[in-house]
Amino acid sequence: MNSFVALFNALDATTKTSVKTAALAEYLRTAPEADRVWTIALLSGRRPKRAVSATELRVWAAEAAGIPLWLFEESYAVAGDLGEAIAHLLPPAQDLRPVTLDAMIRGLIALTGRDVAERRAFVLAAWDGLAADGRFLFNKLLTGGFRMGVSQGLMTRALSQATGVEEATLAHRLMGDWNPATTSFATLTRDGGGDAASRPYPFALASALEEAPLPPGAVQQNPDALGPVKEWLAEWKWDGIRGQLIARPGAFALWSRGEELITDRFPEFAPLADFLPPGTVIDGEVLIWRDGQPLPFADLQKRIGRKTVGRKLLAESPARMLAYDLLEDAGQDLREAPLSQRRARLEAMVAALPPGLPLQMSPRLDAETWADAALQRAEARALRAEGLMLKRLSSPYHTGRRRGDWWKWKLDPYVVDAVMLYAQAGHGRRANLFTDFTFAVRDGNDLVPFAKAYSGLTDAEFAEITRWVQGHTLERFGPVRRVPPELVFELAFEGIQASPRHKSGIALRFPRMVRWRRDKGVAEIDHIDSLRALLRQAPGASPPDPEDI
Amino acid sequence: MSDALLTFTNRGIYCPDGDFFIDPWRPVDRALITHGHSDHARYGHAAYLATHQALPVIRHRLGDIRAEGIAYGETRQIGAVTVSFHPAGHVPGSAQIRVERGGEVWVVSGDYKVEPDGLCEAFMPVRCHTFITECTFGLPLFRWQPQKVLAEQIAAWWAANAAEGRISILGAYGLGKAQRLMAMLPAIGPILTHGAVEDTTRILRDQGYAIPDTIRVTAGISAQTHPGALVVAPPSAMDSTWARRFGAADTAFASGWMALRGIRRRRALGTGFVISDHADWPGLNAAIAATGATRVFATHGYTAPFRRWLEEQGYQAGIVETQFGGDEAESPDTAEGAADAAVAGDGA
Repeated sequence: MNSFVALFNALDATTKTSVKTAALAEYLRTAPEADRVWTIALLSGRRPKRAVSATELRVWAAEAAGIPLWLFEESYAVAGDLGEAIAHLLPPAQDLRPVTLDAMIRGLIALTGRDVAERRAFVLAAWDGLAADGRFLFNKLLTGGFRMGVSQGLMTRALSQATGVEEATLAHRLMGDWNPATTSFATLTRDGGGDAASRPYPFALASALEEAPLPPGAVQQNPDALGPVKEWLAEWKWDGIRGQLIARPGAFALWSRGEELITDRFPEFAPLADFLPPGTVIDGEVLIWRDGQPLPFADLQKRIGRKTVGRKLLAESPARMLAYDLLEDAGQDLREAPLSQRRARLEAMVAALPPGLPLQMSPRLDAETWADAALQRAEARALRAEGLMLKRLSSPYHTGRRRGDWWKWKLDPYVVDAVMLYAQAGHGRRANLFTDFTFAVRDGNDLVPFAKAYSGLTDAEFAEITRWVQGHTLERFGPVRRVPPELVFELAFEGIQASPRHKSGIALRFPRMVRWRRDKGVAEIDHIDSLRALLRQAPGASPPDPEDI
Repeated sequence: MSDALLTFTNRGIYCPDGDFFIDPWRPVDRALITHGHSDHARYGHAAYLATHQALPVIRHRLGDIRAEGIAYGETRQIGAVTVSFHPAGHVPGSAQIRVERGGEVWVVSGDYKVEPDGLCEAFMPVRCHTFITECTFGLPLFRWQPQKVLAEQIAAWWAANAAEGRISILGAYGLGKAQRLMAMLPAIGPILTHGAVEDTTRILRDQGYAIPDTIRVTAGISAQTHPGALVVAPPSAMDSTWARRFGAADTAFASGWMALRGIRRRRALGTGFVISDHADWPGLNAAIAATGATRVFATHGYTAPFRRWLEEQGYQAGIVETQFGGDEAESPDTAEGAADAAVAGDGA
């Protein structure tokens, strides 16, 4: 693991992308080959299965450190990271041994299914053989939360520098379902990992329109700067799961954007294998669709949550793909062709399908002017869409996020003013800082907690709030502090749903803080009734799931 | 505890029988000051008492004050109690304050560290019945490496930068830490200082502390005039226009808080050297045991868990609340905000 530890330390010691890329490229040229494959796997989200529970780790680490469990927990709350807390708390290693990353991970994989005594012995021996930084990384492998401050894009660039293979080609070869334990570095970078027949293409990603250059003279973001509306395709930004449907000879697969194979979760798509022309790859959105319209995202979540889908759920929540783009036609990679051509071929293909299949085009919106498009965008919520997607008709299908050709033009979020009731310290780079808050709105003379949020403020604001929380703690519940209801925040959220599970009876989608309302007091926060009113209007409102009551 | 030797008030630690406060945070008639950091030596008291070694910096920082010096170990009768100051090893001139009345002894630690740093007066345990201890790093997460190892790490970083003609900017609190770093490093190149660091450094050097020569950064000074130099600056200056004159410099920060990766990342500082002027976990425990005290009060730091730990070790334990009411007054973000780090530099 020595070269892997050195790599991690080099990456961790800089915030400069160029330095990170160079360090990673050097590692991918010189590290043991099997270690390189594991590193690529880790940096593209392919983690070994969790062999040890976090609870077991805490208990074993507290024992090894010779401290009571409560003191371990206090220390963990301050470090904000379990792997790091353990690395700091353990006594110095007694038996430093060089071990490769490959051997370490294979050892971990072999732990699955072993009894507690064996797993404990393995972990304690590993700790005892590693210095503090090695222990930290070993713990990160154990707990599965592996991040190294390296995006998949940066990793691909470094791998390209190390191998001389073009970045986009590599990005494609790294896609899909490959097993780092059985894939060699040479195969992975030359032919790609896993089964080529079911391998998806890297997804093209859009940027938020707020990040686009502001049109001259404009104060608020609008698409005027994008040029004539005729050069763009406008369509709904659906609130489902982005997916890639692959129908090739010998392979039928549905991949999520997170590169998860989800074919079996959606058995209703199986007939498409018989009807789509061989060598077809479609980019689209998976939605739960009934009576000509999508159901709320929560209904889709129920489907994703189940490994096997029962007949009742299939009937209640039937899935459908709304097609956006055609990436492969008759086995030919179409990604370099302009969107206008890809879309025309896709429309022709979908039109030729027999009726009754769960695949249809995502409708294209007609707009003569941007103002016209803006009016349609305002209707998105009624269709349970999040806003519009704007795609340049002449654009290729890019690998990853390339700013300029694809924009998401989302609806303005809902907002509510609420008061902070509880605060909790954050994790990772927010360790030791109070960043996770629980908020309440008024309900008569009471305050009713209804949402948690932990993003949207600046570091300086979080630091100031942290001082305030420390000086105003009324009660401690482990890491959580109860504070007087004094600090008011404006929260934004994307959607609202009835939820019998929550005391307030509602659940918000993507709540976050937009600003700290220092000008407002607790008397001026919103009332639960205004949220209930939103709930009644919201098309997302569906009757509560009977199982939840 | 109406006849307690020391009581805890909303102005700070108070001795009724001597009618004085120790490190008070609101104006009082008579203040005994453990050391010159801004959260201990504050403006507005009618009279100050501190060690001879601590006074010059305190006078420099607080201006025209009525202050008196006292030697380490010298006893002084104040009202019905006897007080004396003893080395705390935190920064030059820093002291623990011992208060005695009829054989009963209380000691207020102030801030302290137990490892001698070669610059300031080394910590000496003082036997007492009741010990009021800081616990800034009062969790077993915090274990410092010996100064020799840290000096090698920092020297290697500086030397590597110097070899490539690059400036090394080292962020450190301006009173104590900055001078300790200068004194412990080998002479790899010139040492440049930010004004806030230079003033304190000069005062301490004039007092006789062994601090190498430094050059104050002025308009004409840049990476070209002093290639490979070490720049010692307060944390607040590190990411400012002031620092930009040094071009593509390499930046590092020296603080006990750098032990935590989350804090290192939050401050977007590439390199963090884990070096503190406060006692680490083993240091706190050893210092407390060496006092022989049966009763211990925790203040400044992770007081709640530290008190519980002390109780489990068989001490009678309590907490002294600080000005902030909370118990983490010196967490890395609050310390930075509570005091002007550019001139004062408390904490780590």
